[in-house]
Amino acid sequence: MSLRDDQVERYSRQIILPNVGGKGQEKLLNAKVLVIGAGGLGSPVSLYLASAGVGKIGIVDSDAVELNNLQRQILHSTKNVGVPKVDSARERLTAINTDIAVIPYKTRLTSENILDIIKDYDIIVDGSDNFPTRYLVNDACVLSKKPLSHGGIFRFDGQAITIVPGKSACYRCLFPEPPPPGLVPGCQEAGILGAVAGVIGVIQANEVLKLILGIGEPLAGRLLVFNALDSTFRIVKVPKNEDCPICGRRPTITKLIDYEEFCQLRAKRGIERKEK
Amino acid sequence: MAINVRIPTPLQKLTKNNAEVECTGSTIRELIDNLEKEYPGLKERFYDEGGRLRRFINIYVNEEDIRFLQKDNTPVKDGDEVSIIPAIAGG
Repeated sequence: MSLRDDQVERYSRQIILPNVGGKGQEKLLNAKVLVIGAGGLGSPVSLYLASAGVGKIGIVDSDAVELNNLQRQILHSTKNVGVPKVDSARERLTAINTDIAVIPYKTRLTSENILDIIKDYDIIVDGSDNFPTRYLVNDACVLSKKPLSHGGIFRFDGQAITIVPGKSACYRCLFPEPPPPGLVPGCQEAGILGAVAGVIGVIQANEVLKLILGIGEPLAGRLLVFNALDSTFRIVKVPKNEDCPICGRRPTITKLIDYEEFCQLRAKRGIERKEK
Repeated sequence: MAINVRIPTPLQKLTKNNAEVECTGSTIRELIDNLEKEYPGLKERFYDEGGRLRRFINIYVNEEDIRFLQKDNTPVKDGDEVSIIPAIAGG
């Protein structure tokens, strides 16, 4: 594959980078990335991936655009209110870059459909907004050996980590169990500053571009923690947990489970303990 | 000198909106007990009803997760920075 003149022009500012070049640009154009969630994180991630020329971008989201999304979900416009987010995303991304294919999945990920969807992609980005989906995506990526960029946001806090199955810690190594439902509110109840989603989403996009290009060091085995109020980034170590139920030495989870139930069970167990 | 404890946004309601508090103790367990005296309600955010450390809120001494050290017996000393990092799911 060789780059067309307009591609050389479009991507010139990254092609001239010493670690990228025409070869790197071809890697980007041949790359297939699945972005889960077209919301606060998925917006900046997919905008930067599309602009950089990532050739195939899948977008998973079952929701339609709401007016209260626009404060942070910069993929969507006022005229898109009521339109499925995946359609709004495809329109915006292909308007930026006609080189790329944007594949919409207007669905909620489940244990039944996720393996089939992620099998066509090289790298997965988690920009979802709930714990069941986050554990589902983690487990599916570990089982399918797909690198995963994880990002999470809450009020003025953000977190990001890259998971390279078989090599670095997974999300269960970091947080073995989800909090009981209701203990940690989502953006809807707790609020979120739009730029915090931007900071974390752009870090995720950067991680994906590095993985595709094979440059630098991924944010693997390390959790990046951002605090917007004091403008600090900190990094803590995340070792692989040898006893991890999915990526440890003796895994007890060998196929996908029911994640709604997994996250509910913790709540029930918590209540039982309280009653004792 | 004391131990600097960094409190994440979701728990700052319990620490009078402070993002950082100072405390003392020779182990994480002692530190949490001392924190509880000053900021009641904090301890139950770290331990479940059975007295086990919760698995969706992590405690780091400097950059190390205490689950991979000596759990709540992990020693701490003046000048250490302890960070509390909870699982967050927003996106």
